Amino acid sequence: MIRTEEMLLNVGPQHPSTHGVFRIVLKIDGEIIKEATPVIGYLHRGTEKIAEDLQYTQIIPYTDRMDYISAMTNNYVICHAVETMMGLEVPERAEYLRVMAMELNRVASHLVWWGTYLLDIGAVSPFLYAFREREMIVNMLNELSGARLTFNYMRVGGVKWDAPEGWIEKVAEFIPYMREQLKGYHQLVTGNEIFMNRVKGVGRYTKAEAINYSLSGPNLRCTGVKWDLRKNEPYSIYDRFDFDVPVSDGGDAWARYQVRMAEIEESLKILEQAVEQFPKEGAILAKVPKIIKAPKGEAFVRIESPRGEIGCYIASDGKKEPYRLKFRRPSFYNLQILPKLLKGENIANLIAILGAIDIVLGEVDG
Amino acid sequence: MIEDLLYSSPGWTNVGIFFLLGAALLMVVLGFVTYAILAERKVMGFMQLRHGPNQVGGRWGLLQTVADVLKLLLKEDTIPKLADRPLFILAPIIAFAPAFMVLATIPFTDRFQFADIGVGLLYYIAISGLTTIGIVTGGWASNNKYALLGGMRAAAQMVSYEIPLVMSVVGVILLAGSLNLNEIVEAQRSGWFIILQPIGFIVFLIASVAELNRAPFDLPEAESELVAGFHVEYSGFRWAFFMLAEYVYFFAMASLTTVLFLGGWLPLPFLGFIPGAVWFALKFSLVIFILIWFRVTFPRIRADQLMEFGWKVLLPVALANIFITAIVKQLFFM
Repeated sequence: MIRTEEMLLNVGPQHPSTHGVFRIVLKIDGEIIKEATPVIGYLHRGTEKIAEDLQYTQIIPYTDRMDYISAMTNNYVICHAVETMMGLEVPERAEYLRVMAMELNRVASHLVWWGTYLLDIGAVSPFLYAFREREMIVNMLNELSGARLTFNYMRVGGVKWDAPEGWIEKVAEFIPYMREQLKGYHQLVTGNEIFMNRVKGVGRYTKAEAINYSLSGPNLRCTGVKWDLRKNEPYSIYDRFDFDVPVSDGGDAWARYQVRMAEIEESLKILEQAVEQFPKEGAILAKVPKIIKAPKGEAFVRIESPRGEIGCYIASDGKKEPYRLKFRRPSFYNLQILPKLLKGENIANLIAILGAIDIVLGEVDG
Repeated sequence: MIEDLLYSSPGWTNVGIFFLLGAALLMVVLGFVTYAILAERKVMGFMQLRHGPNQVGGRWGLLQTVADVLKLLLKEDTIPKLADRPLFILAPIIAFAPAFMVLATIPFTDRFQFADIGVGLLYYIAISGLTTIGIVTGGWASNNKYALLGGMRAAAQMVSYEIPLVMSVVGVILLAGSLNLNEIVEAQRSGWFIILQPIGFIVFLIASVAELNRAPFDLPEAESELVAGFHVEYSGFRWAFFMLAEYVYFFAMASLTTVLFLGGWLPLPFLGFIPGAVWFALKFSLVIFILIWFRVTFPRIRADQLMEFGWKVLLPVALANIFITAIVKQLFFM
């Protein structure tokens, strides 16, 4: 009989595949994981606490730094929360600009996920292809907001800048181009035998588990729950667009892959319609007071970010700063299921499972 | 010339000449390694919408690898405090020495070969197996958990893939009737073994990628999982030795593939006026290119799937190939 010993392995916080500064303490027997304990907080900046001392407009750039892969949705959720409290009517043109920015950002976010996930699995090239397309999106958002990653684009009551000349045409041109590239992605990766073997049946959970663990976004939809806030509780002007909510019922990494890839196409559909309906002129900012004060009370709004439901709760005592601000950060909630999924898996699967959840550490740690 | 030397009386002059020839081959191999790394980076860059090295040594980055090696030479030589010191120092040498030794039997042209021994193929396979020991030793001696896991993976993988690799060339041996690499090339005058042994070739190609620890079988150093695997604690010149071993094997394995399946230095019909060395270089470059292409395209396979694939797919296929080859040869060619 060979004497074996369990080994304690620290994966992270500096590790190429933990997507930032995430750390997992593993108890392993050979390569089999007996127990996994996630350790988070290395990127904690106390956004919520800082926000208590800031005016509402000043909070917006902080939200950029939470989910930095899709900063537009974060921008939107805080603005949306304040607007809801104040009962503001946002001009139509601003809403269209917001939706386009958010959907472009969603595509970019899924592209980053696609590239880095394949990088985790060991394929180097898709990352660069994904970033070629993302670069175009980032450039478009740059023209819109003046920043490539942390946009700080939205304001309470509208957006900061109007679309520059020719911008809408650029978006319109991008849509067919992206569709064409997606076909290439599928040819390169989706049917690949090695890739399929790596993701099929890996990190499987059921519908009930997903709901009990409060998963959202593609992590929830991969179990067959057709729940997308853009469709189920339409905010902004999402009720004007015709799009599907892609679901899959596998519940494994492969299902999550399919859902995300399909979501890119749905986002392109929304973009296409938004470009068509885009109002020729109009204001981009509602008439808001110089100093924004949310009325006394509280509000909670939630929207669909690429990673899941991002929520914002504001308790206000009528001052120009919030009394308490809380974000429901989807990555943080989605990460909860990780220890359960990892039990009994090997280290290669750890990477495949963690990557498929799609976390952004800025968001997990707040 | 080498032939004459081998059969002449062992005087100091001859030893000197042989030593110089060996040094010359080492230079050729190092030159290859330098430009193979550059080629790999350039080809990968080309396939990945990048430029690759383009700063050091003109726009083709011709001196990039030289600069890299110089930098590695200048780096501080670190040995972890709790590492097994003697083994830690020994491991890169154990890994590298066999890589260079196997080159002795490769016939680059009909005249340029260092040791024309009767069991050339067997020698190659036996010696190349030694590298595993270097890798496992390195992984163990580093006293690092990632390195240990990488070393263990390397051991399991190389042992598992050695077997289908050997089995896949048995078909070639049956057809050529010899283990001598020169005779194997000569036997391909009527047709390359890639045509006569397609199954054997495919099994050999897959197993050789696994032997080389290259993508998609680069599990021992799986960057995204084990950070760098067995050489995670190595730096500077010791690390360079591991890399050197890897690329010399790259060279050796591509040469062996050329010799066994692509007809070595033999020309294509009607193109016999081009010298054998050029043919060898062309075929060899093709194999190198295909291996780089693999690396750019494929994701990494998982350790357990790798084992399963080796034992349950490659080995039976290789055995069936031997069986069929033997029957066909017995029925039609005896």
